[in-house]
Amino acid sequence: MSSNTLTEAAPAPRAPQQKPGGEPHRVGGGFLDPKMLWKSLPDALKKLDPRVMMKNPVMFVVEVGSALTTYEAITKPSVFAWVITVWLWLTVVFANLAEAVAEGRGKAQAATLRKAKTTTVARKLASWSPGNSGAESEVAGTELTLGDFVVVEAGQVIPGDGDVVEGVASVDESAITGESAPVIRESGGDRSAVTGGTKVLSDRIVVKITSKPGETFIDRMINLVEGANRQKTPNELALNVLLASLTIVFLLAVVTLQPMATWAGAAQSLVVMVSLLVALIPTTIGALLSAIGIAGMDRLVQRNVLAMSGRAVEAAGDINTLLLDKTGTITLGNRQASEFVPVAGVDKDALADAAQLSSLSDETPEGRSIVVLAKTAYGLRERHEGELAGAEFVPFTAQTRMSGVNLADGHEVRKGAGSAVMKWVRDNGGHPTEEVGSLVDAISGAGGTPLVVAEKAPGQPARTLGVIHLKDVVKEGIRERFAELRQMGIKTVMITGDNPLTAKAIAEEAGVDDFLAEATPEDKMALIKKEQEGGKLVAMTGDGTNDAPALAQADVGVAMNTGTSAAKEAGNMVDLDSNPTKLIEIVEIGKQLLITRGSLTTFSIANDVAKYFAIIPAMFSVVYPGLHVLNIMGLHSAKSAITSAIIFNALIIIGLIPLALRGVQYKPSSASALLRRNLLIYGAGGLVLPFVGIKLIDLVVQFIPGLR
Amino acid sequence: MSDTWAGLLQVAALVLLLAVSYRPLGDYMAHILTTKKHSRVEKVLYKTMGVDPEADQTWGTYLRSVFAISAVGVLLLYTLLRVQHHLMMALGMPKVNADLAYNTAASFVTNTNWQNYSGENTLGYVAQATGLAVQNFVSASVGIAVVATLIRGFTRNRTDRLGNFWVDLTRVLIRLMLPFSIVFAVILVACGSVQSLGDHMTVVHTINGDQSLYTGGTASQEVIKLLGTNGGGIFNANSAHPFENPTAFTNLIEIYLLLVIGFSLPRTFGKMVGSHKQGYTLVSVMAIIWVGSLIFSTFFETHHHGINLADGHAALEGKESRFGIPASTLFMTSTTLTSTGAVNSWHDSYSPFGGGAAMFNMMLGEIAPGGTGSGLYGILILAIVTVFIAGLMVGRTPEYLGKKIRPTEMKYAALYILTTPAVVLIFTGLAMALKGETASISSGNLGPNGSPSPHGFSEVLYAFTSMGNNNGSAFGGLSGNTHWWNTAGALAMMFGRFLPMIWVLALAGSLAKQKPVPETEGTLKTASPLFAGMLLGTILLVVGLTYFPALSLGPLAEGLH
Repeated sequence: MSSNTLTEAAPAPRAPQQKPGGEPHRVGGGFLDPKMLWKSLPDALKKLDPRVMMKNPVMFVVEVGSALTTYEAITKPSVFAWVITVWLWLTVVFANLAEAVAEGRGKAQAATLRKAKTTTVARKLASWSPGNSGAESEVAGTELTLGDFVVVEAGQVIPGDGDVVEGVASVDESAITGESAPVIRESGGDRSAVTGGTKVLSDRIVVKITSKPGETFIDRMINLVEGANRQKTPNELALNVLLASLTIVFLLAVVTLQPMATWAGAAQSLVVMVSLLVALIPTTIGALLSAIGIAGMDRLVQRNVLAMSGRAVEAAGDINTLLLDKTGTITLGNRQASEFVPVAGVDKDALADAAQLSSLSDETPEGRSIVVLAKTAYGLRERHEGELAGAEFVPFTAQTRMSGVNLADGHEVRKGAGSAVMKWVRDNGGHPTEEVGSLVDAISGAGGTPLVVAEKAPGQPARTLGVIHLKDVVKEGIRERFAELRQMGIKTVMITGDNPLTAKAIAEEAGVDDFLAEATPEDKMALIKKEQEGGKLVAMTGDGTNDAPALAQADVGVAMNTGTSAAKEAGNMVDLDSNPTKLIEIVEIGKQLLITRGSLTTFSIANDVAKYFAIIPAMFSVVYPGLHVLNIMGLHSAKSAITSAIIFNALIIIGLIPLALRGVQYKPSSASALLRRNLLIYGAGGLVLPFVGIKLIDLVVQFIPGLR
Repeated sequence: MSDTWAGLLQVAALVLLLAVSYRPLGDYMAHILTTKKHSRVEKVLYKTMGVDPEADQTWGTYLRSVFAISAVGVLLLYTLLRVQHHLMMALGMPKVNADLAYNTAASFVTNTNWQNYSGENTLGYVAQATGLAVQNFVSASVGIAVVATLIRGFTRNRTDRLGNFWVDLTRVLIRLMLPFSIVFAVILVACGSVQSLGDHMTVVHTINGDQSLYTGGTASQEVIKLLGTNGGGIFNANSAHPFENPTAFTNLIEIYLLLVIGFSLPRTFGKMVGSHKQGYTLVSVMAIIWVGSLIFSTFFETHHHGINLADGHAALEGKESRFGIPASTLFMTSTTLTSTGAVNSWHDSYSPFGGGAAMFNMMLGEIAPGGTGSGLYGILILAIVTVFIAGLMVGRTPEYLGKKIRPTEMKYAALYILTTPAVVLIFTGLAMALKGETASISSGNLGPNGSPSPHGFSEVLYAFTSMGNNNGSAFGGLSGNTHWWNTAGALAMMFGRFLPMIWVLALAGSLAKQKPVPETEGTLKTASPLFAGMLLGTILLVVGLTYFPALSLGPLAEGLH
């Protein structure tokens, strides 16, 4: 996405495109601009409304606790009570800040999108049928409904989402995709969808409106990035249940502690009890949970992928099977010449020369690749058309199935499909050898496409020179990428229209686990259903209308933005870049989202150990001096110990906001390796870090008068 | 042979016996719970009960069946205790008063066997044998039936049928509990335990003159008391009494009996889910906790420097000199890590950390290996919580044995881990807040002039930890036979037993409805040392941390210097 659109107001520059199979890559996200914290403060304060806080049980408990200590601090003022009160409120504010910052980034994007949603005047047709347009009238774009027909001409903004039913036009879609190069939209086929808010640059089209007012693509995008109707995803809900139950357990542990302590003659003040409670409940993850979810969606938006629901993002992390289109994902778009294979008695250079000659005017990618191969592998200088004065180029046609050149001296060269070229040789008095047939079969068998080259010198019979091996070029690094996916437990299936033989060869070269050759939409659908029957989750990309059923059936269906509106409607994600490789990144983002949640939960729970060692001796070593042994951090005083624990608890939230927004580092690897790594960092780290942090804070806090 | 060597040998022999039993017993229990064949006796019983053995129940029906038999059990036992003076072989014992009868009925039906009475002074033989012993058999079997249902939740797919409670119960009773009990009762009798329906036995010419001794069906009740992890002894002294537990050898047998089903059930689990490794993972976590706790308390009992200094540095007060320290801590560790609660030594007299270990063992939820059935479902719930956190950390929707841990599953698991701590802490807090009820604390355990002491508080904390977790062992000292303590205790035992069963069965129902998720490289491996370690960490952190503040006012305050 270029910088002039979606991310304009967002502080995060778009992460550079990942190279497939690059070095250990990070599914990066945005960075935290300290200014964002300040800017989001008003929003964070607004969220203190208890009705809003109720949605987050952990932080709601902290807020109620803060209110209680405020009351206590007012009625029985002391430095300790006020310090604790202030830091408890800060804990709540920091949690809100995390959410506000995450939302803020979306809001900035939404603001840019809204600009594209300026009211347009639509030229509505009373009726339309092919070749027959009804009367035209001008209505507001917002009044258009499903099934209306509108005319849009060069320089006008398309008033709503729809399909082109007549005409062809170049359209500037930068408002949505950020891509400034115009795209062609035409009636029929898979390039018919247009999006409201985009601009027609040339020609005239008739569009059939396919969206209701207020439910257009842009509306949905705005809702998405703003998180307006963000619903909690299943894993988030389950985690919330766990956190709520831990909160209740600790609430009970603290509430019931008071009578026990009172009996022992160690009744605690309300401030201390609230402090103990806040220290024990999982505030770290409770504070960051919703920010993690919002940031996860945001990371997708930064990659120009719009997920229609958070559920889809989560499902992406669970994917077992990826259906990948061969062309564009696994192989480069076009076949390329890889080798010249001469028949016996023909020099390689002669074949290369003839091949180059015949391809000079061939502007197809295949033709150009022949010229390039001749130059790079055989050192043949590129000839220009002008050099061959009087040469007559024979273009490829579907009837002849070959192309070539007739030089001024009567020399003729042809290249093309085996049978066509051999017929040309025979027609010109030549006798193609058996050898050609076996060369052709060998190349076909290896998954390549053979092009036979033949020449006819003046006055002599035509003869075959050899065969050009055209092959699909598997993208660099894609093999390693698939190996990574396999490690993650994801099976890749290549979908191609090629015959099984060709498909098999490419599948082997690319290292996919399976392939579906001569695939029809029905085959795809059947494959998805078969995988799902076994409990697997399937992801796929698609663009055509005939992909729509499969996109809807797949657990993660990524529709290309260039595709039809039916496809976009059916999928649960839209890739604005229309890059099928993106699917792999989407899976990684989904996983990273879950890993971030799990890691911070572990961290949060492990933190409790150190807090116990700070607070429990502080509470009870007055009546039971033996408990002073538990003060292994050597904290200065009871008050400084409790204060330090609470300050640490608040600061760790601020400290982890960048991690929550960015997501924890994710390297594709097996489940065991991931678990070991994250357990070490966030489990062991969560045990140790607070001991250090609380001690350091105590070293400062002990100098505050009133906390000694 | 020194005490230490005797202890080590006993531990070694015990571990060997348990290891040898693991496979055959585990597989046998799996067979009982899965076979389609009914024995002739069972068919007759089903006909009598009016049960169609082929009709599987939903989790709700299964739960109602559990509740029905338990409610009937409480009523029957209560009635029996109230009318025992009219029964045969009452030995002249009067009827049991209402709140004690209620407490005792709740206690035995919930597999707790908390005893606010001493058997030899309160109960006749009929009440013992047809009341208490019957519930010992039934409550132990109910636990196994419930865990069988949870395992079926994992093994069955897209169904709401989880088995038939009456079939499970009948089979466990007839094929497992009864034959085992008969065999081991004979062994105990052979080793010197008493078994008699005669009136008090008079022993003449003792130092204090003639003694009139209670005998009863001690050996037969002793076996199911341990095998079913019940713990309620015929005698007040429980397994410290020479009639119940005459020799070091019977001591070994008794510890074996109370551990064997709990430690073999993971094998049953592994067999039923089709992966023995899953069973080994769970049993290894259980074993690590058991061994760790045993070493911990044995160390503190042998390195004692509290007020009970008796023999060198060993705390021998309250321990049988026939058994010595290692065999006592071995029994104590095993009885508190299961839901047994039988004792061969007085936990109240343990060193602060030794007694604290007993409490902490129960607080972990009695999962190492835990009560019959209840131990396995307890550790399975904790495994689910662990899978959830660990699963997120590997970037997938958490799944355990091919079943996803979704919000519904998490809800029941969370309720489970919430329930017992809630029961223990609320009742303990309540007792401590009520002036009249703290009076039940033994004055000998209070500080000078009856001032509060950590040990006094430990009595109360221990009592509700024991009742809430359905253990049944007591910290001694506490006068529990009062109106309030009988009532509160009965409630704690019922909540602690039946609420978790609701969550377990509901969880089983929810799991069984799912379609299975295939295992891939990206799936968290739940049969691995790494997972076992994380499960152990979760048990200690999530469960243990809850009780840390309370423990700090009891054993920690008492033991730290």
